Amino acid sequence: MANSAPALREELCAAVGVSDPEELFAQIPLDHRAARPVVLPPALASEVELSRHLRDTLGRNVDCEAVLSFLGGGCWQHHVPAVCDELATRTEFLTPVWGTPASDHGRNQAWFEFSSQLGELLDLDFVGLPVYSWGCAAGHAVRMAARITGRDQILISEFMDHERLAVMRTYCEPPGMRGHIELRSVPTNPATGTIAVDELAAALSDRTAAVYLETPSGLGVIEPDPGQIARLAHSHGAELIAGVDPTSLGLLAPPGQYGADIAVGPTQPLGVHMNCGGGVGGFIASRDEERYARAYPTLQVSLCPTSKQGEHGFALTLFQQSSYGSRELGNDWTGNSVYLWAVVNAAYMALLGPAGFAELGELILARSRYAATRLAEVPGVSVRWPWFFKEFVLDFNETGRTVAEINVALRERGIFGGGDLSLSHPQLGQAALYCVTEVHTQHDIDRLVTALTEVLA
Amino acid sequence: MSLPKLRQYHAAVWDEPIVMEMGRAGRRGMVFPTSDAEVSAADGTLDTVIPASARRQHPPKLPELSEFEVQRHYLHLAQETLGMMGISLFGTCTMKYNPRVSELVAARPWLAELHPNQSEETLQGVLEIVHGMNQILCELSGMAQFVFQPGGGADAAYTHACITRAYHEHRGELAQRNEIITTIQAHPCNAATAAAAGFNVVTLPLEEAGYPSVAALEAALSDRTAALMVNNPDDMGIYNPNIKRWVELVHQAGGLAFYDHANFNGVMSRLRARELGFDACMFMLHKTFGAPKGGGGPAVGAYGCSEDLVAFLPRPLVRQVGGRYTIEHEAPLSVGRVREFWGNIPQVVKAYAWTRAMGSDGLRQAADISVLANNYMERRLLAIPGVSKSFPELSSPRLEMTRYSLAKVAEDTGVTVLDIQNRMVDFGVDAFWLSHEPWIVPEPFTPEAGELWSKEDIDYWIDVLATVIDEAYNDPDTVRSAPHCQAIHKVDGAGADDPQRWATTWRAYQYKHSIQVTS
Repeated sequence: MANSAPALREELCAAVGVSDPEELFAQIPLDHRAARPVVLPPALASEVELSRHLRDTLGRNVDCEAVLSFLGGGCWQHHVPAVCDELATRTEFLTPVWGTPASDHGRNQAWFEFSSQLGELLDLDFVGLPVYSWGCAAGHAVRMAARITGRDQILISEFMDHERLAVMRTYCEPPGMRGHIELRSVPTNPATGTIAVDELAAALSDRTAAVYLETPSGLGVIEPDPGQIARLAHSHGAELIAGVDPTSLGLLAPPGQYGADIAVGPTQPLGVHMNCGGGVGGFIASRDEERYARAYPTLQVSLCPTSKQGEHGFALTLFQQSSYGSRELGNDWTGNSVYLWAVVNAAYMALLGPAGFAELGELILARSRYAATRLAEVPGVSVRWPWFFKEFVLDFNETGRTVAEINVALRERGIFGGGDLSLSHPQLGQAALYCVTEVHTQHDIDRLVTALTEVLA
Repeated sequence: MSLPKLRQYHAAVWDEPIVMEMGRAGRRGMVFPTSDAEVSAADGTLDTVIPASARRQHPPKLPELSEFEVQRHYLHLAQETLGMMGISLFGTCTMKYNPRVSELVAARPWLAELHPNQSEETLQGVLEIVHGMNQILCELSGMAQFVFQPGGGADAAYTHACITRAYHEHRGELAQRNEIITTIQAHPCNAATAAAAGFNVVTLPLEEAGYPSVAALEAALSDRTAALMVNNPDDMGIYNPNIKRWVELVHQAGGLAFYDHANFNGVMSRLRARELGFDACMFMLHKTFGAPKGGGGPAVGAYGCSEDLVAFLPRPLVRQVGGRYTIEHEAPLSVGRVREFWGNIPQVVKAYAWTRAMGSDGLRQAADISVLANNYMERRLLAIPGVSKSFPELSSPRLEMTRYSLAKVAEDTGVTVLDIQNRMVDFGVDAFWLSHEPWIVPEPFTPEAGELWSKEDIDYWIDVLATVIDEAYNDPDTVRSAPHCQAIHKVDGAGADDPQRWATTWRAYQYKHSIQVTS
């Protein structure tokens, strides 16, 4: 602390006219003071001690680079370009809060480029700054749909990622509260895991604010014809909210192409490490229409002119409808989010470009399909549904073993098996969600197949 | 008055194009391996595995750049961002140094490449740190348990609103208890999250003493009261000495009391939220506890509560059982999740590292220095003609920040606080914090020195302000047309709220711009 040297401290005290800083705390009544002193573990004041302690402690973790991991489910192991890592620790991006439009200009431009590139991927032209996570984005989106339509019910698939669904529930207020939104689940086709369109048509009514459709879904399933679902929703005056994984969008139809009104999804796959779940972020996007724009809870930057002819600058748009502008009268709330990741996401999208996203999508598709095909050859193991991207459900019911047992045995072989669905989705029995991305080689997949064959022998 | 000589600063100017305008067709920044032959052969063609109606028809119009071009572009943008390369006394945000050692440690695979759903035995190191940070915050606040899931201070306020719902629902009183009380000086997120969680919001105004009276609180309390959400001291630096009485009254009415500890730095280690009677509190690890701000997150609103509310906390929670750390994934009365997974864990690790480096004595010393520095600033700032203090008649020293007003400068010269912000950045001093909405003090500004900034930095900051105020009187056009030494010139945000002109994406800008040209 620059001002802790005794002489300097005394100089400041003298300037203020006190003999001890204690005198400056006169506002706090004595009976408010801490009943006993704070006792923390001994200070690790030197960098050498602190660094050693952190390394010793974190060194006890076993990470996904040290072993082979097939965990996904809302947080995915992707390749993080080295340029993204450089930008994420640049002091200029790491340390700002709110400066002026000029002093924040570079960061604001990076944010605008996040929104602009995401808009191209999604085929939508209004994009907010990111929110905390995909689940939070979906939660805000259903609230937006309720505000826009004045209706109070959202139709969702019966097979949702359970973490994401739990977050969405929190955003929907319990029954009996004034803003309660009902999340009603719609059955899926047993053969494909996709939304049962007839059941969806029957469930749609003048209470339906939106259909929330994920493709790929929380269990990896690709919807074969999202446009049909959009038309169905619209024919009942409901919005279509699409939940999409941006790594699929070089290959899969973007929400704008099939008529989605609002799109949400994760930002972590765009150049951010898993960070033990601390890499997650979410986006909200829509067509650039006032109907949608005025329902956003987020902050967003708009390209603006400056006093110099031809120069670009950025300003916040629609600030007054945020909680910063209007407190409880604003849309939901906003605050610190994951804005550093937006800079990283922007660089990631610029690095990949159109060809990179196409390659990435095809590679993930090919490798995940290869993994599924090979794993289905293991006796007792089957792949639950045919159309998927990046993640797929492996059915272990015929093996007579639990996923928990299988994963313990895989771990002994240096493999983190897929996420156990038996607790979150008991209707699937003993099933696991396997995630295969561009980081998994054919050799890795073959190693998994061998290990699983051994474990189940 | 004689003004000191200031730095001859100029920001980097790169006149950097928007990335969407850059590059050439066919240029690549990142390539991926073509899929192995056996992999491709395994499973038919694209047409059979993805129906045509689910396929993308047109490639996204992303820029096509080499890796070097992307790196250089974003480094240019970094250089056009002042951040903490200069001096930022941004009030309420408690600007702190973010030690590089924590950045380096957190970037290693042992944290960066962890999946939150790994088995517990593979996560013992990070669980120990999360648990350790929990214990540190419990010692500082007197609370029983913290959760790190909320992604910022506002998310922690939302967590409180959710817990308030669950608590009263459990007691069968939710239908009746539909009001949350806050004050006009509490951060807007308290009112906003209460409303988003379904409550009516009652906002108490300030009175002569600088805070709402006990009588005003009593008048607002009823059997409809679900909770109080309040900060103390507020961001004028004024401490409400009746806060213990407030909490008692809220409890008597059957409500919960939440302490928004956004302004913890000045009272750190001098008081405990639980000892004041609060049921819950929130610390911002990216503010008080030395984790970086990232330009607005990833952040952590660490939410802590009394034993009575632990059952309602979001899960997962980290527990210590014997010598091992375990994860409690679900609990019957839990509100569930406010965000996926356990929180921004790298920020928790950085905050833990900062707090371990400071130790008990360091925290107390930091609070002393931050309050001392604020009072030093006050002496100097009030000597500048045109600067006045919020509630000037209150004589007690303010805590870690003070709110001031430049109303007289604006009245005399027409130069506003926004103009002055825009001019100060010409000297390498980043914007000061103004005030949350609504502005109670006209033309407000709220600097916070904290324990980071040296006396020389603080003096320079004040010298810059004094110089700019002097300019406002003698050369107002220079201030009003500022900045002049920055990455760009003065932004004209007049169209930002006009649906015909706002553009949050390049594609929207292009079509709105071309419409304007042709019309």
